[in-house]
Amino acid sequence: MFAAEIYMHRFLLSSPVRTLNPEEADWFYTPVYTTCDLTPNGLPLPFKSPRMMRSAIQLISSNWPYWNRTEGADHFFIVPHDFGACFHYQEEKAIERGILPLLQRATLVQTFGQRNHVCLKDGSITIPPYAPPQKMQAHLIPPNTPRSIFVYFRGLFYDVGNDPEGGYYARGARASVWENFKDNPLFDISTEHPTTYYEDMQRAIFCLCPLGWAPWSPRLVEAVIFGCIPVIIADDIVLPFADAIPWEEIGVFVAEKDVPKLDTILTSIPTEVILRKQRLLANPSMKQAMLFPQPPQSRDAFHQILNGLARKLPHDRSTFLKPGEKILNWTAGPVGDLKPW
Amino acid sequence: MKLTALQQQSRRSNSFRGSSPLDSSMDGAIKSPSTLGAVTSTSTSLPAMNLTTAAASGTSSSRVVVGRHGILIRPWPHPNPAEVMMAHRLIERVQREQRMQYGVKNPRAVIAITPTYVRTFQTLHLTGVMHSLMNVPYDLVWIVVEAGAVTNETASLLAKSGLTTIHVEYGKKMPILWEDRHKLEAKMRLHALRLVREKKLDGIVIFADDSNMLSMELFDEIQNVNQFGAVSVGILAHSGGDGEDETAVVQKEEEKNSGLPVQGPACNSSNHLVGWQTFNSATFMERSARYVGDRAIVLPRKMEWAGFVLNSRLVWRDAEDKPDWVRDLDEVAADEEDVESPLSFVKDASVVEPLGSCGRKVMIWWLRVEARADSKFPAGWVINPPLDVTVPAKRTPWPDAPPELPLPAGEMAVVLQENAEKHATKTRSTRKRRSKRKHATRTIDERVSTRHAGEN
Repeated sequence: MFAAEIYMHRFLLSSPVRTLNPEEADWFYTPVYTTCDLTPNGLPLPFKSPRMMRSAIQLISSNWPYWNRTEGADHFFIVPHDFGACFHYQEEKAIERGILPLLQRATLVQTFGQRNHVCLKDGSITIPPYAPPQKMQAHLIPPNTPRSIFVYFRGLFYDVGNDPEGGYYARGARASVWENFKDNPLFDISTEHPTTYYEDMQRAIFCLCPLGWAPWSPRLVEAVIFGCIPVIIADDIVLPFADAIPWEEIGVFVAEKDVPKLDTILTSIPTEVILRKQRLLANPSMKQAMLFPQPPQSRDAFHQILNGLARKLPHDRSTFLKPGEKILNWTAGPVGDLKPW
Repeated sequence: MKLTALQQQSRRSNSFRGSSPLDSSMDGAIKSPSTLGAVTSTSTSLPAMNLTTAAASGTSSSRVVVGRHGILIRPWPHPNPAEVMMAHRLIERVQREQRMQYGVKNPRAVIAITPTYVRTFQTLHLTGVMHSLMNVPYDLVWIVVEAGAVTNETASLLAKSGLTTIHVEYGKKMPILWEDRHKLEAKMRLHALRLVREKKLDGIVIFADDSNMLSMELFDEIQNVNQFGAVSVGILAHSGGDGEDETAVVQKEEEKNSGLPVQGPACNSSNHLVGWQTFNSATFMERSARYVGDRAIVLPRKMEWAGFVLNSRLVWRDAEDKPDWVRDLDEVAADEEDVESPLSFVKDASVVEPLGSCGRKVMIWWLRVEARADSKFPAGWVINPPLDVTVPAKRTPWPDAPPELPLPAGEMAVVLQENAEKHATKTRSTRKRRSKRKHATRTIDERVSTRHAGEN
C-alpha cells in the first residue's frame, strides 16, 4: 500500500507529460522512497525518513537552482506513509513532529487525509493507497453471483502487540465494532486471513472501512473495485480524489461515536439509496480512478494525480522568491533529523 | 476472538511498532494521563490528550482527539429482530436487482409437469420437488397429474407450496410392475400436455418427476431453450439394494462398462449435436426390479422424459410460427401405444438443442425409490388418533402425578429392572413386541399404583 511512490516514479519516467527541459517545467518531481527502509519483517521503518528526505533536498538544492528559486513551492513529493510527511506511524509523535519543515512549501501527494490535522497540509493531494490491480482482477467472480453477506470485514479489532489494553488502536472504534456485533449474524467480521477475501467482498453488500492506526486503508480501494458499498468509520477523514469521486453518494459515513448503532443505521438506509450506490459503484470509471495499473490506462489514479497538480497551476506569484529571500529554516526539527543520510 | 501470532506481522496493520531499539524517542515515556478506560458502557468517550502543537503548518488543532478512547458498547449488543428482517429484505431486493441486471433477460415462465400417486414415499419425493420449485426465481405453473383420483393427501401437500398448481386426475390406478408404471407415467404426461394446449399456457415445459432431483442451475439454463432442448440426466440406478454381494457385482459391472450413468445429448468438438448418450442397462437386466418395492435396481428407459424441455407453443393447436418438424400431440398419442420420450414429437432429431454446455453439465438426477406397494403409512403423516400407549418420560414429571418421593433402595431395583426389560423387548422381533409392550405397560401401571398406595 506504500508502493505508490515507486509506481508514480515509473509512470513519470515514461509519461508524455514529462519534459527534460527544466525551464518549461511547471512541476518538479523528486523521487524519494521514504517508505523503503524496511524492518526484517518487511514493514516500513519511518524513523530515518526525515533524514532521507532532508538529504535528498540538500542534494537537489545544491546541484540545481530550481529548489532555491522557489524553496520547493513548485516541487511535489509522494509521501504515502501513515501520517504523510510527519514521518511517524504513531499519531502523537507524528503530530509532535509535524510536517518536515523543509517540505513546508512543497506540494505533498499522500494517502493520509484528516481535516484539521497537523499532518495534512493545505493544498495536498490525497491519493488512494496502492492495491495490486492484477491480483484483484484475478479474483473476480461472475457479477450475477448473489450478494448474500450483509456486512463484511476482515482485520484486527485489537492490536494486542502495540495496544494491549485497547482504546488506542482505531480510537476504540474497531473494538467497539467487535464487541457490539460479534454475535450478530448479519455481520461477517473476524480477524482471519481467508484466501477468498476478494471473492467474499464481491458477495457482500457493505464492507466496513474503519480507521486503524491511521484513518486510511486499502479496504476502501478494494470495496470500490469489488462493488461493495464502503462504510467509512473515521471521523473527519479526507478521502482520495474528493473532487473527482462523489464519496457521499457511493459510501456510507458513520461517526465513531455511532458505531454501537451501526446495525440500525445500515438497515434503515432506504432500498433505492442502496441500489443507487451500487449502480454508481458499478461504473468502471470509478474503479479505474482507484487503481495504479501497469501500464497506465486512461483515467486511472496517475491521471487523477496529474489532474490535481494541473488544478494548482498556474503558480501564483508567491511561488517564486525574490532573490536572496529565504523562508525555509534548514535547522528546524529534531536534532536527529539533521544527520545526513 | 481469534488472536493469532500472525497479527503483529499482519500486512493489514498500517504501522509497525516493535521492540526496535533504533529510535530512542520511542514512546515508552508517553503515557496517557487518563484512566485505563478499557470497556465502558457509557456513551461518552474519555478524551485523553488534546494536543495543540506549534507545528510549522500552524493549522488549528484537530477536532478528533488523539489518545485513549473508551470502547463504546451499547447495553444490549444483540441483534434487533425487526432490523434483521429489514436486512434480509434488503438482501433479497439487491439480489433481485442483480438478477435483473446480470441474469437472464426476459425470463419466461416455467411449466413443470409431475405425474404422481399416493403411496408411502410420495410425501418424501413430492416435498423435494416442491421445495426446488418454490426456489425457482421465475414464474412457475405446476401441473400435477395424479393416477387414480384427485386425493386430499396430494392436494394438502400442494397447498403448502404456495405455487400456482393445476391438479388433475388421470383415471387409471398406478400399476405394480415398473414396466407398466413407466408407460402410465408417459400417458399422464401426455395428458398434462393436452392441458397445456387447452389452456394455451405459455412458457418452457419441463418434466419434473416426483422422485427426481433438480438443481437451480437447471432452471437458469433452460431459459436458453428456443424450441426443443435436451439436458443431461444423471442416472442414480444403484439404489435400494443393500446386499454385499450386490454391490460387489455392481462394481465389477462398472469396471466392465466404464460407462457413465448419464443420459443426454452428445456433441462433437464443434458443439453440434451428433448423438445421444444413454445408460447401458443391459448388464443390469437380470437383477433389475420388476415391481414396485422389490429391493433391486430400478432401471430407466432409453431416454427419460426428464431430460427434455420444450417450448410450450410446440403443443399448441395453432401457433403461428410452429416449426414444421414437430408432430401434433394427438397424432403422436394415437400413433404409438407407448410414447417413450418426447423425441417422438420431432420428425428429425437434429433440431434438438443441447443445453448445459452441450450436455457436459449434469443438472438433474433420475432416481426411483419406492417402498412396497402394500406398505401402510399414516394418512397425511399425521398420527390421529394418538397411539394408545403413553409412557411418562423418565425425567419429566407426569403433569397430573403427585411429586415423586425419593424411592427406597428396593424400589430403585424395580425401576432398573423395568428398564432392562424394556430394552430387552426392543431387540425381539416385531410380532412379539406388541405383546411385550402391553406387558411392560401393565407392570408400570402397577408400579405407579403401588407407589400411590405407598404415599397415602
